[in-house]
Amino acid sequence: MAFATFWFIVTTVLWTGFFVLEGFDLGVGMLHAVVARDEAGRRAAINTIGPLWDGNEVWLIVAAAAMFAAFPPWYATTFSGFYAVMVLLLAGLIVRGVSFEFRNKVDSVRWRRTWDTLLTVGSLLVPLLVGFTLGGLLHGVPIDQQHEYTGNVGDLFSGYAVFAGITLVLLCLLHGATFMTLKTTGTLERRSATLARRIAPVTALAVLAFLPWTHATAGKGVLPSVVELIAVIAVIAAAWLVVGRSEGWAFFATTIAIATTIVSMFTDLYPRLMVSSTSHAFNLTVQNSASGDYALKVMTVIAAVFLPLVLLYQGWTYHVFRRRVSAEEFTGPRSD
Amino acid sequence: MSQLDLARLQFAMTSVYHFLFVPVTIGLSLLTALLQTGWHRTGRPELLRLTRFFGVLLVINIAVGVVTGLVQEFQFGMDWSAYSRTVGDVFGAPLAMEGLAAFFLESTFLGLWLFGWGRLPKRVHLATIWLVALGGMLSAAFIMAANSWMQHPVGYTVDQTTGNPQLNDVWKLFTNPVFLRAYLHVILASLVTGSVIMLAVSAWQLRKGSNRLAFHASARLSLVVLVPTLLLAMLVGSELGVTEGKYQPMKIAGAEAQWTTCQPCSFSVFQIGGGKADHTPTKIIEIPHLLSLLATNHWNGQVLGLDTVQAQYQQQFGPGGYVPNIFIQYWSMRVMAYLAVVVLLVGLWGLWLLWRKKLSTSRWFLRIAVWTAVLPFLMNTAGWLLTENGRQPWIVQGIQLTREGVSPSVTTATVATSIIVFFLLYAALAVVDFVLMSRYARRELEPPAVADAALTPTSY
Repeated sequence: MAFATFWFIVTTVLWTGFFVLEGFDLGVGMLHAVVARDEAGRRAAINTIGPLWDGNEVWLIVAAAAMFAAFPPWYATTFSGFYAVMVLLLAGLIVRGVSFEFRNKVDSVRWRRTWDTLLTVGSLLVPLLVGFTLGGLLHGVPIDQQHEYTGNVGDLFSGYAVFAGITLVLLCLLHGATFMTLKTTGTLERRSATLARRIAPVTALAVLAFLPWTHATAGKGVLPSVVELIAVIAVIAAAWLVVGRSEGWAFFATTIAIATTIVSMFTDLYPRLMVSSTSHAFNLTVQNSASGDYALKVMTVIAAVFLPLVLLYQGWTYHVFRRRVSAEEFTGPRSD
Repeated sequence: MSQLDLARLQFAMTSVYHFLFVPVTIGLSLLTALLQTGWHRTGRPELLRLTRFFGVLLVINIAVGVVTGLVQEFQFGMDWSAYSRTVGDVFGAPLAMEGLAAFFLESTFLGLWLFGWGRLPKRVHLATIWLVALGGMLSAAFIMAANSWMQHPVGYTVDQTTGNPQLNDVWKLFTNPVFLRAYLHVILASLVTGSVIMLAVSAWQLRKGSNRLAFHASARLSLVVLVPTLLLAMLVGSELGVTEGKYQPMKIAGAEAQWTTCQPCSFSVFQIGGGKADHTPTKIIEIPHLLSLLATNHWNGQVLGLDTVQAQYQQQFGPGGYVPNIFIQYWSMRVMAYLAVVVLLVGLWGLWLLWRKKLSTSRWFLRIAVWTAVLPFLMNTAGWLLTENGRQPWIVQGIQLTREGVSPSVTTATVATSIIVFFLLYAALAVVDFVLMSRYARRELEPPAVADAALTPTSY
């Protein structure tokens, strides 16, 4: 049982890691064509995340694999129940993933516009649909005694789940805009800062509405949790900091805001994994879905060895590519 | 078609497609690492130019390999939820390990390698490409451990309350006799694939007459890697056949369309019939004792016939058909093996020309070597059809039937729609990838000045 709770925490950490890291590169993906008016600017925007996005995306893969290994029914019911959502999510991940590599491989304006559009749409779909799915876990979908999904596509929709998707899109947008402010120079930096200022109030309002809604949906009483309070403070702080010139602190605030929003969703979910709207007796919970202690023990050892190692070398990567990227680097003839 | 058929079709389609890219990634990353190591040691400028040249092909290929891998991970839950529920306790662990130990490594260091030219110290930068290659090989190890468990389940007990298998000895997953051979076979096949691609590209460039010095070096490297790895792949593959014959007799008997038990058994090079309705196929060319030798390692070994095993399984598991599709078994085995011989002959011819110092001038060899590029993909696909079709009707040998593993809550229309979406997406990707690969494979090498001054970091 202790191991099962521990793996619920690990899964939460993995999803949080995904949104904190991939969150800003999804934001950059959505905004790259908005923030830059010319090709050099777009390339500069994309290259702020060039060496990083692929490693960031692995957090998603590992989060899903952790659900599979630690809570097989959670993985099975979520992915089969949200089938149509998963197809769209995969399509988004696929077009986004290849667009980085492909857009610069043919020197034609139409070619690049196509991949820019796909990058934008893909980057929008990912947080929208993952947010929608995580929201659905908490809000509840029809699940029977055997933990099988019994509804159709329409039954996946709830106001809360849709709003969860929108909130995460907004958080990624803000996170991405502050990241670009931090990582670019000149016009690009100024335009990113302006974008961040425009997005921030909307994001803050969305989060301020989303957190109580989450709390109420989970039925966790009247008093907000510490994490929820931190999320509220962080998102207000972010909105305030992007107005000033402290890009570093603004990015820190959006990081905390996106992390605590995800953690709030998971702590409000606990000890449930997936709520059944048919009957709460059919909920998937940490108790009734966890793998055996031996499997969890083995994976704990693996995670204890590799997760710190991953943080270490991903941290080093961020250090290696810490410099700002400027549009001037891309005005000359292309190297590839 | 039923939901089950469509789910199987979707899995087969997406897996075969994904595995067009995986072996290129593993093989080409190792070969690129070798090229860069050669440059690091000797300082020969053409080796650096080759590293950058083949590096571009590698990353175009990786882009598609990575995104199609996502579909594989999600699909277990989407289409095979009953399977995931039943075996997640065992099967999930290697998948999670793969992510933690291999995917992070491969993806993070790929970024460092690509964007690290000129930014990282040379020695560190060389280490990054080796870590990319290591990541690819590690990820294959975990996924092959998971797959081998489906072929020959080990290291588990059956949970008393749920009846599901539970992991109780993780080492057994990685010492599984099927895993050890299958993994080695996959890595060798990847090296074969990578080196055939490198040979084909080099041959095309040599025929065009550009950068002879450089492409002669890469052709040489690819031939020196190709021939021994292909011989080893054939050897390990035949050992794998013996091992699987022990645990999955249907798979091996099916590959021979051998309905009756025989001893000693001859191998049919080519035959007509032998399907479900025809238990005595017309063997056109027979080689005595060869099947005994292949399937059991003994001159007079006994091979259980399909009918014998079917009767045995009916006693053990209850009524039902346990014979896989014989046409796929028989022909996938032959396509794989016969094409391997063709590739081997091309490789030996190349080595002979290399020895006679005629490699870059033999126009016939260069022409044929270009077209050889198609063969590894056919062989890899046939190999997977052989091993996965041979497991049917089981999804996990002896534990769960494929039809019991499919998602109960998913409708036929849903799977059909999803197949159409992925088919269109994959077809578009295939066209783009093929156009880009052939365009970049035919490009001139970077001029030495650019490559030397170096090392401008790659950018998107």
